[in-house]
Amino acid sequence: MGNNDTALMAHLMRRAGFGAQYHEIEERAAKGYEETVEELLNPEENSNGMDLDLVSRYFIEWNHFARATPEYFAWRMINSRAQLEEKMVLFWHSILCTSDSKMQSYPTHYQQLEMFRKYGMGSFRDMLIEISKDPGMIYYLDNCLSHKDAINENYGRELLELFSLGVGMDGKFNYTEDDVKECARAFTGWTITNNIPGQPYGRYEAQFIYNADDHDDGEKTFLGETGNFNGEDVIDIIVKQPAAARFLSRHLYSYFVADEVGVPSWMNTPPVDMETIKMLEDEYFRSGYNIRSMLRVLFNSDAFKNARFRRIKSPVETVIGTLRMVGDWTTPKPGFEFIFDEMKYMGQEPLNPPSVEGWHTGREWIDGGTLVHRINFTADFLGDTSHTGIQEIISRLSADAPTISPEELVDGSLRLLGHYELADQNRRMLISKVEKNGQMTTGTPEFSEQVAEMLQLIASTKEYLYA
Amino acid sequence: MTSNRKDPVLVVLQMSGAFDALNTVIPYNDPLYPDYRPVLKVDPEQVLDIDGKVGFHPSMSSLKALYDEGKVAVIQGIGYPEPNRSHFRSMDIWHTAEPAKQATEGWLGKAIRDIDPHNENVLTAVNFGRGLPRALAAPGVSVASVGDLNNYGVLTGLDAEDQRVEALDIFSRMYSPAIGTGPTNDYLSQTGLDVLKGADILSTAPLKYSSTVEYGGGYFTEWVKSIAQVHLADFGTRVLYTSLNPGAFDTHANQNIAFPKLWAEVTNAVGDLYQDLKEHHANEEVVMLMFTEFGRRVKENGSGTDHGSGSVAFVIGDAVKGGAYGEYPSLEPSKLDEGDLRWNNDFRSTYATLLEQWMGLDSKPILGGSFEQFDFIK
Repeated sequence: MGNNDTALMAHLMRRAGFGAQYHEIEERAAKGYEETVEELLNPEENSNGMDLDLVSRYFIEWNHFARATPEYFAWRMINSRAQLEEKMVLFWHSILCTSDSKMQSYPTHYQQLEMFRKYGMGSFRDMLIEISKDPGMIYYLDNCLSHKDAINENYGRELLELFSLGVGMDGKFNYTEDDVKECARAFTGWTITNNIPGQPYGRYEAQFIYNADDHDDGEKTFLGETGNFNGEDVIDIIVKQPAAARFLSRHLYSYFVADEVGVPSWMNTPPVDMETIKMLEDEYFRSGYNIRSMLRVLFNSDAFKNARFRRIKSPVETVIGTLRMVGDWTTPKPGFEFIFDEMKYMGQEPLNPPSVEGWHTGREWIDGGTLVHRINFTADFLGDTSHTGIQEIISRLSADAPTISPEELVDGSLRLLGHYELADQNRRMLISKVEKNGQMTTGTPEFSEQVAEMLQLIASTKEYLYA
Repeated sequence: MTSNRKDPVLVVLQMSGAFDALNTVIPYNDPLYPDYRPVLKVDPEQVLDIDGKVGFHPSMSSLKALYDEGKVAVIQGIGYPEPNRSHFRSMDIWHTAEPAKQATEGWLGKAIRDIDPHNENVLTAVNFGRGLPRALAAPGVSVASVGDLNNYGVLTGLDAEDQRVEALDIFSRMYSPAIGTGPTNDYLSQTGLDVLKGADILSTAPLKYSSTVEYGGGYFTEWVKSIAQVHLADFGTRVLYTSLNPGAFDTHANQNIAFPKLWAEVTNAVGDLYQDLKEHHANEEVVMLMFTEFGRRVKENGSGTDHGSGSVAFVIGDAVKGGAYGEYPSLEPSKLDEGDLRWNNDFRSTYATLLEQWMGLDSKPILGGSFEQFDFIK
């Protein structure tokens, strides 16, 4: 197994998951790249969910994790064996946004995350239908306030603008204001029962209901087609538009391959890598809107394989990735809120996106405040030798020889963190930092401290901000 | 009058958790008050009267002292249309000054951009606390967010001082912009160096500082003291922000125990900050805004109070024309807003007054419209 195989596998696991410890990288690399892609695309059913009911009844100290809170989502991202499935939950949560600041109903949000788990890699058509029936979404974008005699356009508009087509593509608009109205008409009667927010009704999740009496069943003209359309019909028309293929392809590209401009710029800014986008669009139509098929094409493409360190890690990727790397929080224990809050301090609070537009990504993750939190959080965890993942790095660096050179310490640490690559002058700087130590004797407490300090320095680099 | 006034500075104290406005500025002479509050009512004898009708909670004597000197504007009945009773959403509304829809830019973030459009001073705004409140966030605006002024910066986990000095030296060299690596890398470099520079400058504040004022204990008080230290160190900081721990004022239960302690801690810190500034002849340079995200239910729940709407805010400083502003909302059952104090002045009027009359900024682009202003700034 070559260095390149493990480097590529580390890349895949950072993107199609939340990163992995080196032994997992090696195991997966030995199994093969395409095999790993298939395994990620087809996770075993329920390979990582806790039995929440059992937990809440018998493991009182775990109760926190069983109450369908955002912390549970974070816990699951750390521990899920189905890493891509969970990464897709975050993908959809970042696009089909709902926010707890309005919903105030964790059970309803939990239900939505389960839906993302189930449909996240299925058909885009099914996903759009499911989100249109999602009680959290119906409440969040006011579709429950849209009536046949008084439509509320909020959901109809965002479905087109932010969830499926985008405002425009190749300089042309994808839909008109009339399409928005007709779309909203088609979704009248798609509403919920059980009030949201939960108070004072308690912790019951809301449910979708279709109220035929409140559905506008008049004729509608939508994107050039005329008929007595209901919501499903509108979605059928949406998914066959080239703009839908473009929309999904660009989102997959910027989430998995490389940072791109934000959605509002897509009408007038063409994709940076049109060839790959085209390939994804073709697969979208060839497969009948199948997300899993598009992901297979994506992960096996050269564009993906060559895109190492082309994305700035999101705060969720930073925190979850760090915890997976050090091997902490593999079982629930008290005190998780503190960890969870770190994502918020870095600018991304799961289940609370700043608006229906989702989070702004790429360099917008970084400002003076968030950079300090990001570096210190990562450095504090990577520099703590009590974590099993750090102990593993130390013992692997110690395994080959009784002593290790400054170069070997730097290069070995970078490799074991997932084949990070530093600009040559930065690598030189780290080497010169430890040069005064000369050959270091491995397996000593001093050596552990030397490794820990090196990991902290790497965590503070610009390069480490990327995945 | 000799003026020690330099560039106007705004200090914002966020009382997260929604303090109970009715027991903060208490309409103790209203016969309905004790009916709503059989357990939580404050004895009229103990209320710190301000105008014969309402008065401060007895724990707020430090604020009352400033009020008596004419330095406190009490903004009664503050709120916004269609009150939201979720802590997070309502705080977000106060942060973004946008009640109608979710917005991403903070009102102070936009103000900072106006004050320092080219990011010339990395310390134009400083927040104390964990994480940056959205009020201060706007693209392109760099705000230092400090958890502990005595230990702020990157790689604070490195224990040995010489080890850290060396690490920071490497950090600064690694973040030096490299030619031809693209705008994103340049931006990351700049941000990293700004952080280092900010931390370097900030670390001198406690060293430069000396004062006879002895602040009390607790995170909030410590952050208020840091505000004094940073302001007095003359870094050109124009906005200073800190928050009480979320949840502290969220007194659904046992309000009589927690509430007086909190107001004592907060108002003592405010009083100490004022005295500290005065001792350093800087009292005319600073105006403070103290706000919370909403009021609480008029009718108590027997032990505490639940989420409500209409509230009260305070603006404090030498530049302030003290007194009561806005009307105290009626306690008549028919005049309540779903059981809450009904707001009668939009919080953006207070923001507009501070932005225009104190900070000298155009409030319209920041607040997305024109709002009637108060005359609480001299």
